[in-house]
Amino acid sequence: MQDVQLLDAIERFLHGEMSPEEIASFEQLRKSNPEVDEKVVEHTMFLQQMDQFSDWKSFKGTLNDVHNQLLESGVITEAAPKATVIQLWRKYKRVMAVAASIAGITTLLIASMATYYTQKKTASDLQRLRGEYKSEITKKANEVITKVQERITKAPENTPVRFGGTGFLIDGKGYIATDEHVVNGATSVVVQNSKGQEFRTRIIYTNKETDLAILKIEDDDFRSVGPLPYGIRKSGTDLGEPLFILGFPREEIVYNEGYMSAKTGYNGDTLSFQLGVSANPGNSGGPVFNKNGEVVGVITARQTKAVGVVFAVSSKNIFRSLEDVKKDTSFQNIRLTLNSSIKNLDRVQQIKRIEEGVFMVKCY
Amino acid sequence: MKTDSTDEKALLKGLALNDRKSVETIYKLYYNMVQTLIINNNGSADDARDIFQETVIVLYEKAKSGSFELTAQLKTYVYSVSRRLWLKKLQQQQKYLPNVLGLDETVPVDDDIESHGQRNSEFQTMEKALLHLGEPCKSLIEAFYLQKRSMTEIAGHFGYTNADNAKNQKYKCLMRLRKIFFAEFKNNDV
Repeated sequence: MQDVQLLDAIERFLHGEMSPEEIASFEQLRKSNPEVDEKVVEHTMFLQQMDQFSDWKSFKGTLNDVHNQLLESGVITEAAPKATVIQLWRKYKRVMAVAASIAGITTLLIASMATYYTQKKTASDLQRLRGEYKSEITKKANEVITKVQERITKAPENTPVRFGGTGFLIDGKGYIATDEHVVNGATSVVVQNSKGQEFRTRIIYTNKETDLAILKIEDDDFRSVGPLPYGIRKSGTDLGEPLFILGFPREEIVYNEGYMSAKTGYNGDTLSFQLGVSANPGNSGGPVFNKNGEVVGVITARQTKAVGVVFAVSSKNIFRSLEDVKKDTSFQNIRLTLNSSIKNLDRVQQIKRIEEGVFMVKCY
Repeated sequence: MKTDSTDEKALLKGLALNDRKSVETIYKLYYNMVQTLIINNNGSADDARDIFQETVIVLYEKAKSGSFELTAQLKTYVYSVSRRLWLKKLQQQQKYLPNVLGLDETVPVDDDIESHGQRNSEFQTMEKALLHLGEPCKSLIEAFYLQKRSMTEIAGHFGYTNADNAKNQKYKCLMRLRKIFFAEFKNNDV
């Protein structure tokens, strides 16, 4: 209660509502009691503060009033902020620049790492098994065959075979699978079966990545061979599985035996696998069979510094390639054989049946 | 619209007295300039309004203190204050500080802004304290100290039997307000 009285006294004192006697006694009180004096000073300051606050508030009120009134009367107009996107752009320009550069650097880094770790397929220690023919040899060989059989050559006139490999039918209607590097750079491709008959072909698909190419025989002399005796395996092969290959490292079809030695190819390439077999230039593009007579891969290369290390693209890539090929509606009728019909035959009989489907690929 | 220095002095005088006409004139003269400044530098129309009003309050405080001597054109001063205030606000919001700001001529206003900021925080403390006070104390204090109404009027309005009763109540409220205010104030100071 004392405080209230004191406050009242102070306010009356400040507002000059006191009588002279009262002022005198109040001054006396202040002098005699420093505590009261302090309170007076403090409260005076507080009241000043209140006064200023009051002014400030009322001025703010005026400002708001004026603002709204001028806005209504159209003297001032509220400009719309710039479009949000632009504003965002302006706001985050720096952040975005930093983010973009980080993204850029990361991309470059990943790209360079990818390039660094990507196996160089044409590394010097890897040899493509494409046969390079010297013209005299070809001629000589041809002579032999010509004697045996009356053979009509389909080769462009006066051009020697430049290079070649092996290919095999994946569909009896005349679709042949081989390696991309076998036909790469060829102006015309002719295939020759084990009986020495030649057929003209057209390259309908190549893929550098998997090193696969698909040729179509476009020759009037070709008769569809019907269902193929061998199948093409969609799933993988197990380590140690006995395998055999057929190919044309020379003018004659050559048989060889081996085994699956690693699940990945050169430098860990997962598209291909490694097999232990002896293969020579000309074997490229040749089929790799398992004991059931199913195609499990296509020979691509051998390692030069190692013996019996040969690589083949796994056969499931043929299926993938075919999906691409079938995008062209004219090739929709290609059907791959899945089941081998020579499963339980002995090897000699198997080869006799398979032979028909294996071709020598000659590029001019 | 150009104003010569005598006009400007009259304008400031009017401003100090919370004269509506003067406020209007200031608005008409400078609002668009400030708005353009804010909008061009990541601000919205609301930001422009806040900044402009704060600028005018700085002017008002300066004019009221009586020590205000314009060394430059009023326009330059207004521009400088707004610019400084906006930069401060941007900094507080940790927004990107645009470097396009400040191509125009400015005068140093840092001291003014600083004292304004101090006063502003005091007022905000007061506002907060009042809000904490609760009813009916808040209305009572506002009616007496802010709207400066007489005690008898207040007594009638708030339903007290007589002015003395109202007065007693008012003092009780005031004491509480002081307590809250000083507590807040110390908090802010630390």
